[in-house]
Amino acid sequence: MADEMIVKELDQVVVRFSGDSGDGMQLAGNIFSNISATVGNDISTFPDYPADIRAPQGSLNGVSGFQIHIGADKVYTPGDKCDVLVAMNAAALKTQYKFAKSTACIILDTDSCKEADLKKAEFKTDNPIEEMGIKQDVIAAPITQMVKECLADSGMDNKSMLKCRNMFALGLVCWLFNRDLDAAAAFLREKFAKKPEVAEANVKVIRAGYDYGHNTHASVDHTYKIESKSKAPGKYMDISGNKATAYGLIAAAERAGLKLYLGSYPITPATDILHELAKHKSLGVVTVQCEDEISGCASSVGAAFGGALAVTSTSGPGVCLKSEAMNLAVITELPLVVIDVQRGGPSTGLPTKSEQTDLLQALFGRNGESPMPVIAATSPTDCFDAAYEACKMALEHMTPVILLTDGFIANGSSAWRLPDITKYPAINPPYVTPEMKGCYTPYKRNPETFVRYWAIPGQEGYTHILGGLEKDSNTGAISTDPENHNKMCHLRAEKIAHIPVPDVEVLGCKDDADLLLVGFGSTFGHLYSAMDEMNKEGKKVALAQFKYLNPLPKNTAEVLKRYKKVVVAEQNLGQFAAYLRMKVDGFVPYQYNEVKGQPFQVSELVEAFNKILSL
Amino acid sequence: MSEYTLNDFKKGQPRWCPGCGDHFFLASLHKAMAELGIAPYNTAVISGIGCSSRLPYYMNTYAMQTIHGRAASISTGFKVARPDVTVWQISGDGDGLAIGGNHFIHAVRRNIDINMILLNNRIYGLTKGQYSPTSPRGFVSKSSPYGTVEDPFRPAELCFGARGRFFARAVASDAPATVAILKAAAQHKGASVCEIMQNCVIFNNGVYDAIYTKEGRAKNAIYLEHGKPMLFGENKEFGLMQEGFGLKVVKLGENGITEKDILVHDAHCMDNTLQLKLALMEGPDFPIALGVIRDVEAPTYNEAVDAQIEEIKGKKKYHNFNELLMTNDIFEVK
Repeated sequence: MADEMIVKELDQVVVRFSGDSGDGMQLAGNIFSNISATVGNDISTFPDYPADIRAPQGSLNGVSGFQIHIGADKVYTPGDKCDVLVAMNAAALKTQYKFAKSTACIILDTDSCKEADLKKAEFKTDNPIEEMGIKQDVIAAPITQMVKECLADSGMDNKSMLKCRNMFALGLVCWLFNRDLDAAAAFLREKFAKKPEVAEANVKVIRAGYDYGHNTHASVDHTYKIESKSKAPGKYMDISGNKATAYGLIAAAERAGLKLYLGSYPITPATDILHELAKHKSLGVVTVQCEDEISGCASSVGAAFGGALAVTSTSGPGVCLKSEAMNLAVITELPLVVIDVQRGGPSTGLPTKSEQTDLLQALFGRNGESPMPVIAATSPTDCFDAAYEACKMALEHMTPVILLTDGFIANGSSAWRLPDITKYPAINPPYVTPEMKGCYTPYKRNPETFVRYWAIPGQEGYTHILGGLEKDSNTGAISTDPENHNKMCHLRAEKIAHIPVPDVEVLGCKDDADLLLVGFGSTFGHLYSAMDEMNKEGKKVALAQFKYLNPLPKNTAEVLKRYKKVVVAEQNLGQFAAYLRMKVDGFVPYQYNEVKGQPFQVSELVEAFNKILSL
Repeated sequence: MSEYTLNDFKKGQPRWCPGCGDHFFLASLHKAMAELGIAPYNTAVISGIGCSSRLPYYMNTYAMQTIHGRAASISTGFKVARPDVTVWQISGDGDGLAIGGNHFIHAVRRNIDINMILLNNRIYGLTKGQYSPTSPRGFVSKSSPYGTVEDPFRPAELCFGARGRFFARAVASDAPATVAILKAAAQHKGASVCEIMQNCVIFNNGVYDAIYTKEGRAKNAIYLEHGKPMLFGENKEFGLMQEGFGLKVVKLGENGITEKDILVHDAHCMDNTLQLKLALMEGPDFPIALGVIRDVEAPTYNEAVDAQIEEIKGKKKYHNFNELLMTNDIFEVK
């Protein structure tokens, strides 16, 4: 019977694992994305977890999800709605069903839909499937029971056995997509290298889940296969945005030949950067977990004065506290990279959710005339390049630089072709020259770039003082002279304005678009997918996604004025649109704004953009 | 012999008010640095905001006057990045203990190898006369016209509470003793806190009158020296003894008390109980303790950071970015 099963070939599929936050959904999702990447599929993932550390078990608030988009070809987003929804309990079914397509296959653990579970999930009847009006395929399997039976001889206690439930679901999904289990087994043995008995139990359960699907056909009439198509040859790994950011910093420090210093304080969703860098002592990376956000940034300014590549990482609420020390880096003209992994605000807001609402804070949120370059990464893998470029810009232009990412790309992951960092541009800080010995003053600068020279302590003949008080442009002494202050404000502004950044690229129908989509940073994948879909429908749409926000690319005004209609789409109430209007005279775009803490939905974007086209 | 003189460390013309204790302190710091013999270019002086935080402008070293309260943080980052450079952190009582209180206690707790100078005049001078976190309860100032209704910090207590390993105290006008504690602080490995009692002639004049002159100190202060009996008075006629859980002042010759009965100072004692009692002594019943009150060895943060890096370098097999990449699950598309 098994041999008669039809295997359908798909171009792409979206799978969402969901369960209680203790059910190991992130791990199951990670393994599935990893083994898919291994066979050469393109992947994009999005973990969607609750803010509570551990909400009551089985409750609606405690549901954690992990969505994976797998494609034979390039995929740009974790996908709108899913084709397969794994719901490990009643609460997951209730809260996550809205993320499933009407044709989606639902996998449900019926053992976690008992009376008490249904009550916690606020179901009124004893048939959750019927109550929710679910009409499509449901693989309703007694997963808990089968896991217990599978591990009956393992000598494990009940609690440890239940921890393996996620692997049963993963096994079922692997069967559904004809995935080879060897890769999953290898992953588990590596992950649980110190607990081989746990690894073997998990491997056993994953196979049991696979076999269950295979033997029963699990109420579906076909399985799927996603071939790998156009991937460029080379070595790849699956990487999250936060990890890519950390890697970018390490690569930049190595290329610059400087010690990497991270001063930080734990904050969701930025903490993984601290975690990642703290691991790499063998590369000489120094991480200091400071007493607060203020010290995270202030100590980094101190490290920069000492001659390190100094970085501080945080999220929006942390930027509020760091802005004072960031401003010190502005006036002392010291290199510093400030990473803002944006989350929902204001205040504590939505710590685990993502939005783009810190843009104006990054651009303007400091006292005085305080210009600072701002770069926004456009995808999980672009976080590597963006972090590298932020370091290069900070070191070569003697300025703090803000790198904006957000919870969506920081925690999301995709397949990343390993970079050859010798091919990345060299980093050349403006160090003092021997001719300056004995006559160095800190605010004398290169007349073309307006960049001052960097004298690192420990060198004879270059002692100097920096500080938060305004200084004379020539002597470096404290100065309250009106003309000098005016001059220094202009110099600091000109220095940033003169930083060269690449032109913004127009994608899609760049010659004859009826509508130009404009976005910045992490929304690239969704906007690109929306454009692609509309162009396939015969519409003429183009996209300009901005990565360099200050200074803006030189062709900004020309691009924005080239098209009949322009819509600025962003996950805030219009901050980028307002900024562009300020910078480009006479620019009046349409706006698409959403602040839900969730990524855009491509289908909703297409609908909105079609409406604009028809106006 | 040091190859440096006072003049190698001097710069500019200080602009504090005439008679300000900061002038005295600056001269002592220059002298201590010259005697220590560490090159000006291997020295960093880092301050926050306030009258005393102007001090780095008068140092011919690498220097930074930063932002209010953050000098300890900036010094921390600097020292971790550059353990080879000697760091002096200059703060007043407002900078160090009010807005910068959190950074103060954590720098002390971590035991970063920096010299933390607390110029304590018990007043806010630069903002023209508000009470500070070291002003006594009931203190009348522009922001407390009817007297404060709060108790002050005692810097030693805060330092000891944060597990401080070095605490010393001097009066700004007492140059030899100031130079001595600054040198001891520099030679101590780890965070060393020096409280400098410093008079503000404009807004809090006379606050240290009892000990500001040599004669006053003879009567009202005790110079503590490790291994020496705790004697004080114009003719060293008084001493300190332990009584129950506390200390008491005794007169030699009275009740058969001889020098043998007097407590001998032990700055190196790990248990800080008696050291704290000494640090908290106040007039009129007790003399003010001056000198190095506590000086014990402990691992420093910056050394531990470097040691851990060396250890992990030996244990891990990846030492550059490309090797780091290869520690991941890599798959190849052909």
